[in-house]
Amino acid sequence: MKMKPISILEDRKNQVFTKGDDEFDISCGKKSLAGSVSQRACVFCGSRVVLYPITDALHLVHGPIGCASYTWDIRGALSSGPELHRMSFSTDLSGTDIIYGGEKKLEKALFELIDIYRPKAAFVYCTCIVGIIGDDVAAVCKKVEAKAGIPVLPVHSEGFKGTKKDGYKAACDALFSLIDRSREEIPEKIPLSINILGEFNIGGETWIIREYYKRMGIEVVSVMTGDSRVEDFSSSHRACLNVVQCSGSLTCLAQKMEKEYGIPFIRVSYFGIEDTSKALYDVASFFPDRPDIMEKTALLVREEVAAILPELYEIKADLKGKRAAIYVGGAFKAFSLIKALKHLGMEVVLVGSQTGNKEDYALLKDMCNPGTVILDDANPLELAKYVLEKDAHLFIGGVKEKPIAYKLGLGFCDHNHERKIPLAGFEGMKNFAREIHETVSSPVWDLVPRKCFVDVLK
Amino acid sequence: MNTAKSYTATRNACKMCTPLGAALVFHGIEGAIPLLHGSQGCSTYMRRYLISHFKEPVDIASSNFSEETAIFGGGANLKLAIENIIRQYSPGMIGIATTCLSETIGDDVPMILSGMDQGEGRTDLVHVSTPSYTGTHMDGFHHAVRAVTAYCNPLGSRIRHKPKPRKRINLFPGMLSNEDLRHLKEIFEDLDTKLILLPDYSERLEGPSWVEYHAIQKGGTPIRDIRDMSLSDASMELGALLAGLSQKGEKTAGTILKERFDIPLVSPGIPIGVKATDSFFSALEEITLKPVPEKYKRQRGRLIDAYVDGNKYVSKKKAVVYGEEDFVTAMAGFLAEIGIIPVLCASGGRSGLLKQALTQILPQNIRDQVHVHQGMDFTQMEEAAKKLSPDFAIGNSKGYTLSRNLKIPLVRTGFPIHDRVGGARILHIGYRGTQQLFDTIVNTLLGNRQDISTVGYAYM
Repeated sequence: MKMKPISILEDRKNQVFTKGDDEFDISCGKKSLAGSVSQRACVFCGSRVVLYPITDALHLVHGPIGCASYTWDIRGALSSGPELHRMSFSTDLSGTDIIYGGEKKLEKALFELIDIYRPKAAFVYCTCIVGIIGDDVAAVCKKVEAKAGIPVLPVHSEGFKGTKKDGYKAACDALFSLIDRSREEIPEKIPLSINILGEFNIGGETWIIREYYKRMGIEVVSVMTGDSRVEDFSSSHRACLNVVQCSGSLTCLAQKMEKEYGIPFIRVSYFGIEDTSKALYDVASFFPDRPDIMEKTALLVREEVAAILPELYEIKADLKGKRAAIYVGGAFKAFSLIKALKHLGMEVVLVGSQTGNKEDYALLKDMCNPGTVILDDANPLELAKYVLEKDAHLFIGGVKEKPIAYKLGLGFCDHNHERKIPLAGFEGMKNFAREIHETVSSPVWDLVPRKCFVDVLK
Repeated sequence: MNTAKSYTATRNACKMCTPLGAALVFHGIEGAIPLLHGSQGCSTYMRRYLISHFKEPVDIASSNFSEETAIFGGGANLKLAIENIIRQYSPGMIGIATTCLSETIGDDVPMILSGMDQGEGRTDLVHVSTPSYTGTHMDGFHHAVRAVTAYCNPLGSRIRHKPKPRKRINLFPGMLSNEDLRHLKEIFEDLDTKLILLPDYSERLEGPSWVEYHAIQKGGTPIRDIRDMSLSDASMELGALLAGLSQKGEKTAGTILKERFDIPLVSPGIPIGVKATDSFFSALEEITLKPVPEKYKRQRGRLIDAYVDGNKYVSKKKAVVYGEEDFVTAMAGFLAEIGIIPVLCASGGRSGLLKQALTQILPQNIRDQVHVHQGMDFTQMEEAAKKLSPDFAIGNSKGYTLSRNLKIPLVRTGFPIHDRVGGARILHIGYRGTQQLFDTIVNTLLGNRQDISTVGYAYM
């Protein structure tokens, strides 16, 4: 069968790049093109992602029902205690609220919800419409806070006011405000301590990482945000170091904390053997007067790697030479994935992200083999086009990429926030390898039409 | 109407917003693609919501508002979006649904569209107004069906035609599952009657694996068929509530065709249960002038026999029924028919017609045991259900939290089913669909009894 070529929209051409072919000058950080079915979400989504795992806070979405409905309990961010974050609260604005304003309704809703659920703090997410009808959400929050006695924070996440990145920023602003407000008046640093930033406890990943630090003799003061409680933030300013994963979302908070509290930060990734080890070593080397920490870290890495290597080797034998496509939210995740896939003997033929910046893409280019397609803010048509052209065996992405992969008959690994399996740390690497192995080696691919051209029924 | 304590905030909503329903409708039209006029997030969120149910690609484009767009109006973005979609997808139709944002800033979409050069044979641009702050996804669905029907059948477009030997019927099924839609098509094939089913996403949102990428999946109601609706012999709309709305004077696709072209309209409820399916088939007999095929009579016979075999396991059991108002009404009618008391009938919708529709469908003797709530969310529902000690809940997968907290089984039906595979393949309607529902309910109750029993017999 002859394949119809899929065209790339003219205005998107400089957001698509093949290593080795052209001069590398990828365009990124742009707003999505109108009419192009972007895999991105909006400002609100970015904010929701960052603040969601604060489990004892009230998260109230101020707007019509959709934004709250579509984000109800969709993420695998686990809690060891309260589960208030899993509830979907909305002011559910109706026509009259749009005409007369939603401030009264918001105020009443906040008082009622605080009364029933007794949260330790409340976040009010502004959606598109709030920015248009001009509700003074900050004023309502202030009023409620004064009466209810808990921090009530507006999150300026109107969907149209930028991209998902602006949503991260709005969330970081709210989070910083919470940290600054809950801060106890003790300025001394807690010895050998860190804050973990950009780790959302998907499938319990924070717990895995915390355990590593515990074994290293490092104290984790707070996590932003994974299995988080509001009171955890009262000592955040006393940590010696901020360790930032998912740099796209939490770097702005780390910068602010550096400026205000003098806490330096490093960027890490807990994905894959190499990056996890590097993360732990980097943290250990931050405390040079304590060589024992480095020793413990080395021991930990040795033990953990030894525990998973035999299985990884077995899996690698099956995956060697198979081709993978990666499309994720943040580019940092893509770096780790490329390394991890190499570890499994796989070749990366496509890599893209929703929100990468120029440096990210330059680094991606360096990491990839010639011929690899690099995409910024891709749409389903482009993803499908290159997956087919490169004849990939595996797609790594989120829920919106899954049907593209499956329709074209290739394996899929969910690397988004909806997944329920931890992929972080050494244990996570084992889960990742297993998951990829399960999907790539499934016998069903032998039956899909793209691989089996003979239609037996004809 | 029973009123639960009202809260200002909605907690775990039992509804989605209007544009979602509209987007789904456009996926049920051949060569059509939905475009949401608003922020990027709306279309992405709705895509993932629909994808998680159908497990299929569901492309929804966005006009992608920015801050400037919100201030200066979305006209330019909308035009650019339409041009880009045409270039990438070559669609037969673009269904433009507004969002809360574009509605509130007052974009005049029909005006913007009228300024676009659309010559003969070009892409149809159909606008449906779906401000998310009014109604639910179900209203968005009906409004989109109405908008497409009205657009494709303008007043005065009817050409005199020769009498056809074969009857042709317009069927507006409402928001049914893929399997339901396929069942309807099968029935009309068996009746040897031409069917124009709008929408029909049963193939587009559940097709085979591909050899090459399809920008727009195959299937859906052909646009030329929709244009021919004005030539049909009759229209049928499923849904007791929808019928109520059209009686109240609200326009539906069926009433528009009736007004413009004098096409008779029949409006039975969704055919779930023997009685409702009987009404559906007798309405069909009336408009197609064809007798019900033997096959369906046999299905009916087997179903009633199964009711008898299982009567003791369901009689006097209590159920929580929730979802779209039409769905709740039909399901409650079926449950009552087999002796289950739908003690709590709840919907996030607020048409004001649910109580009346249920009164009509439920037998007198159980009505006072049935609590009816419109505009209800899952948290209120759970609070209300707690006092009624139900035996099970029936509805979409969003009720899982409720069923888990109440420690009662959940029978998954309707939309969405996000925590199981095959949600779109559930057959609810007709004698055959009712049979499957009946078996599932009985087996769920039996399974639950067996699981919690200390003895655990392996026979009934």
